[in-house]
Amino acid sequence: MNAPHGANQHPQGEVVLDLRDVSVLYSGKPAVKKVSCQIFKNHITSIIGPSGCGKSTLLRSLNRMNDFVDGVSIEGELLFYGENLYGKDVDPVEVRRHIGMVFQKPNPFHKSIYNNVSWGPSINGYNGSMDELVERSLSQAALWEEVKDRLHDSALNLSGGQQQRLCIARALAMQPQVLLMDEPCSALDPISTAHIEDLLFELKARYTIVIVTHNMQQAARVSDYTAFMETGHLVEFGETDQIFTHPNVKRTEEYVTGRFG
Amino acid sequence: MAFATEMESRNLQKRHRKARQFRRLCALVTWSSIFLLAVLLGQVAADGLSWLDWQFLDSFPSRFPERAGIKSALVGTLWLSVLVALISIPVGVSSALYLEEFASRGRLSKLIELNIANLSGVPSIVYGILGLAIFVRFFMLERSLIAGALTMSLLILPTIIIASREAIRTVPMSIRYAALSLGATRWQTTWAHVLPASFPGIMTGVILALSRSIGETAPLILIGALSFVAFLPQGPMDSFTALPIQIYNWISRPQTEFHDLAAAGIIVLLAVLLLMNATAIYIRNKTERRLK
Repeated sequence: MNAPHGANQHPQGEVVLDLRDVSVLYSGKPAVKKVSCQIFKNHITSIIGPSGCGKSTLLRSLNRMNDFVDGVSIEGELLFYGENLYGKDVDPVEVRRHIGMVFQKPNPFHKSIYNNVSWGPSINGYNGSMDELVERSLSQAALWEEVKDRLHDSALNLSGGQQQRLCIARALAMQPQVLLMDEPCSALDPISTAHIEDLLFELKARYTIVIVTHNMQQAARVSDYTAFMETGHLVEFGETDQIFTHPNVKRTEEYVTGRFG
Repeated sequence: MAFATEMESRNLQKRHRKARQFRRLCALVTWSSIFLLAVLLGQVAADGLSWLDWQFLDSFPSRFPERAGIKSALVGTLWLSVLVALISIPVGVSSALYLEEFASRGRLSKLIELNIANLSGVPSIVYGILGLAIFVRFFMLERSLIAGALTMSLLILPTIIIASREAIRTVPMSIRYAALSLGATRWQTTWAHVLPASFPGIMTGVILALSRSIGETAPLILIGALSFVAFLPQGPMDSFTALPIQIYNWISRPQTEFHDLAAAGIIVLLAVLLLMNATAIYIRNKTERRLK
């Protein structure tokens, strides 16, 4: 699943994920309805919207984490560098190696800091220097300085914000092409949140990021593109500045100015 | 009181009184059962301790009480529990993992769950009949250790499966998702994260189940464990006896000396149980600490 170079060129950059009329259904009931949008390489795209609007569901369908929910089905096409993620001969395990995920609550393994980072690469047959990879991943997640002297301590002894950065490092160690983040700061205090937001700017150079967030200021601060969803529909998608300053749709304006939701 | 009205403080006193009464009731129930157990153990100790010596542990059964011992029964029980553990732990834990982690949650899995719960309540004698028909007769294993161990394993499998499933269920989904999102297969996730995290809980279930199997008598009598064995089993195909069988045999004799021997046998059985549980708890605590 490597990118054929030059494919899907677009004025805003290379298209990594191309959603075409994507619907996600839970036992026949649609939670995401015919969403079409494009995710551009080395940009941050945020998905905002009220609770239950389907934004997390949409995010989880991007790396097939929805497969573990009983009775879920997908309609439409979800292209990753032109290849349908839900194609018949696509192995979902392979998809998740390329599209990583950070969850709402920090969920480190009950292992040492080092092993949290190294486990993913080791089961996937990484044969470079593991020490280097662990250091690089932790540095990219802005955690290295804080943990370099206690790499073999349990990850559970870290603070919540550190744990979440460890989870980011764990995802980065897989060297994914896309990083999906499902409200990564919702369980964190403002200082840890600021840490992670700073981190996102640095990660943008190497990774393509899709972030679901409840916090509109956060979306405005960190993202290049914003998708606004409501009741399963993609109401508006565009550059973040435009969405927050002069949205085309009235519902978007009402939401981002805080008149509802 | 400054910050409570008259009525409120009266109400509070009433609630405190209720709490005290409930605590006393619980303490009463607990201590009375401990007292009963102590009486029972005291009785056994009074009867048996004087018979308990090295000669008793190192002798085969005999017609003469002063020469009788439980060597063969003790060795038989050890053989049996090792074999039962070797059979039931892999089968039980794998079944639990399959049902929790791999099988789809359909009607069939509900039916299986219900049946396992039911099976754990089936009287042990029924397992004895089953073991007699299948292992002793059909597979022609005769009255061997392995036939006994297989029957005992059947008996405790439901307990092991249920306890293991409970333990596996306490592992948070977020841990599984974390592993799966790194491109791990179901098996890698289970082996590296779910199983280690549920290990202490699984061990607890296994301890309880194995302890039960050591004390069981009925199925062994049915599949034909001998009660007078003047040799030690050399392998799993040999015939055998076990502690509860030997105790049962002595109790059913008319001479009171044999009743005292039975008491001594009970002390040995309790000691074996205690030793096994202690070992298992030690292993459990050690792994639990490593996981934290």
